[in-house]
Amino acid sequence: MSTVEVVSERQKRKNRSRRDSRASYYWYTIPGILAFVAVIGYPLFQNVKTSFYKWNGYGTPRYIGWKNYVDLFHDATFWASFAHAAEFIAAMSLVPTVLGLLFGALIFDFVSPYFGQGWTTFVRASLFMPQIIPITVISILWNWLLSPNTGVFNTVLKSVGIHNPPNWLGNSHTAVLSISIMLVWIQIGYTVTIFVTGMGRIDPALHEAASLDGANWWQRFRVITLSQLAPEISIVILTTAVAAIKIFAPVQIMTGGGPGTSTYVPAFFSYFNFFTTQKVGYGSAIATVLMVILSVLAVAMFRFQNRKGVDL
Amino acid sequence: MSNPVESAIGRKIWSPNRGKQNLKRRGVSSWLVFATVILISLVWLFPLWMALVNAIKTPLDFLHHGPLALPRHIFLKSIQAFWTDVNFPQKLLNSFIVSFFVALFGVAISFLSAFAIGIGRIRGRYFVLGLFMVAFTVPQESLVFPLYHLSQQVHLYNSVWVLVVIFSVIYSAFGTYMLSVVLGSFPTEILEAAKVDGASPRRILWNIVLPIVRPTMFALGTFFFVWVWNEYLIPLVLLADNANQTVSLSLGVTSGQYTSDPTTQAAAALLGIIPSVIFYLIFQRTLSRGVTLGAVK
Repeated sequence: MSTVEVVSERQKRKNRSRRDSRASYYWYTIPGILAFVAVIGYPLFQNVKTSFYKWNGYGTPRYIGWKNYVDLFHDATFWASFAHAAEFIAAMSLVPTVLGLLFGALIFDFVSPYFGQGWTTFVRASLFMPQIIPITVISILWNWLLSPNTGVFNTVLKSVGIHNPPNWLGNSHTAVLSISIMLVWIQIGYTVTIFVTGMGRIDPALHEAASLDGANWWQRFRVITLSQLAPEISIVILTTAVAAIKIFAPVQIMTGGGPGTSTYVPAFFSYFNFFTTQKVGYGSAIATVLMVILSVLAVAMFRFQNRKGVDL
Repeated sequence: MSNPVESAIGRKIWSPNRGKQNLKRRGVSSWLVFATVILISLVWLFPLWMALVNAIKTPLDFLHHGPLALPRHIFLKSIQAFWTDVNFPQKLLNSFIVSFFVALFGVAISFLSAFAIGIGRIRGRYFVLGLFMVAFTVPQESLVFPLYHLSQQVHLYNSVWVLVVIFSVIYSAFGTYMLSVVLGSFPTEILEAAKVDGASPRRILWNIVLPIVRPTMFALGTFFFVWVWNEYLIPLVLLADNANQTVSLSLGVTSGQYTSDPTTQAAAALLGIIPSVIFYLIFQRTLSRGVTLGAVK
């Protein structure tokens, strides 16, 4: 068989298979798209629709136009819930990012090269542990740690001479702070893991050259590590901010939104309207606002990742 | 040998003792940093340690010596009581069923869509991906009430299977994204060669792509497993009966019901922690590597 024949035969097959396959690949998206429509698309549509109705969940819904949204706009609890969400963004996103960068650099630059892989694994595993424990379990654990009389926090505080330690979750001034401390404890494992992995990606020659030029650790951290980790930092801030805006379980389990409305967050506020006061239309409006905010963040994330490396 | 950087720099320049592990020479500052980091790790483990210590202590011991003291002797009654009161084995089984099947179906759906997007490069793939990315980010609050109604209409309300369906789909939105990125960088020479030889998409899927991305799919499945295990809101709304509850749901809703005294509270927390820690120890490498899957390519 001559070469020419083979090539033309191959060329023919190639053309045919290209034409066929483009179309036939569409079949593979059918399960995913059908499932998406039934479980996500349709419920989302229903939720947005319900937000224009007054409904208690079982009777006949009554169309009221934008009234739920107008009410929301004038509802102090709604704005307060977003203010608390902002505090939780600080606790889940900003603080863990800063601490994660610092701890990560200490682990990568000191523990790993001076003390070896065993210790590195121990440190990383200890910090990562809260990441895999169910949030409900963490919530009851911290409820117990923070209990005013028998809790671990106040036992420690009393033993160092503070005689009336705070009633952490029972006081409207300290409740958000208490949950925030817990969130920092949970979240560090995620940021450290991402950043340490990112540091492995940085070309060691950069650090080498800088230290030959007499840069100390702090200078190298600031100039080299931080700038090289820019993609990781952006992605970590975005993903953790999304998670913080979605917070529900700790509030529902630890404080039930209280004392008063001092720990209300948007997710809890909508749940409360759905299932406690049965103002389903109003709850749907809150959920819709939340959805819009998160979708904007999702699109930002998608854009960012596409720019950085996703090449399809 | 530990990490690439260590082996790259450590060996060439800075390590005078080439023998074991290529460690750098420790000075005062490195010891100080080390002590700080170890201290931080211990502080991080401290809450878990407290759960353990107080779960195995008598209520009287707790009353007299407080939460910080070690138990005078080991006492397992609180753990046993909570275990039987909430029927913990049943909760473990429910959680396992839901997590296992979501991992299976979620990864399967993700793989099929990702195959069309990453390998087939279908038109409109960016639109589909963007849609899925949004789907994964929408708050569950905006799905939960319609899902509550839908599940009653299709008679799946109060069944663990409704969770399998819902979470398989929600997670597959994320899984599709992840796997599409991985498959998008699949070596084109292999695919071209297969196409030239006239392989159909189905053969490419089974015989070429699947064997190569199996480890990634396994990592994705491991993640789905943990995520479902930890879910709260949707189980809370859709599972009314005690008998159908998952581990994390039952711990969330029974807090206070069986756990009036501090030692039982610690026991409840400990029982919730143990399955996850065991799972983590088994899949440690997969889990801590997989965290970075979604971050930066």
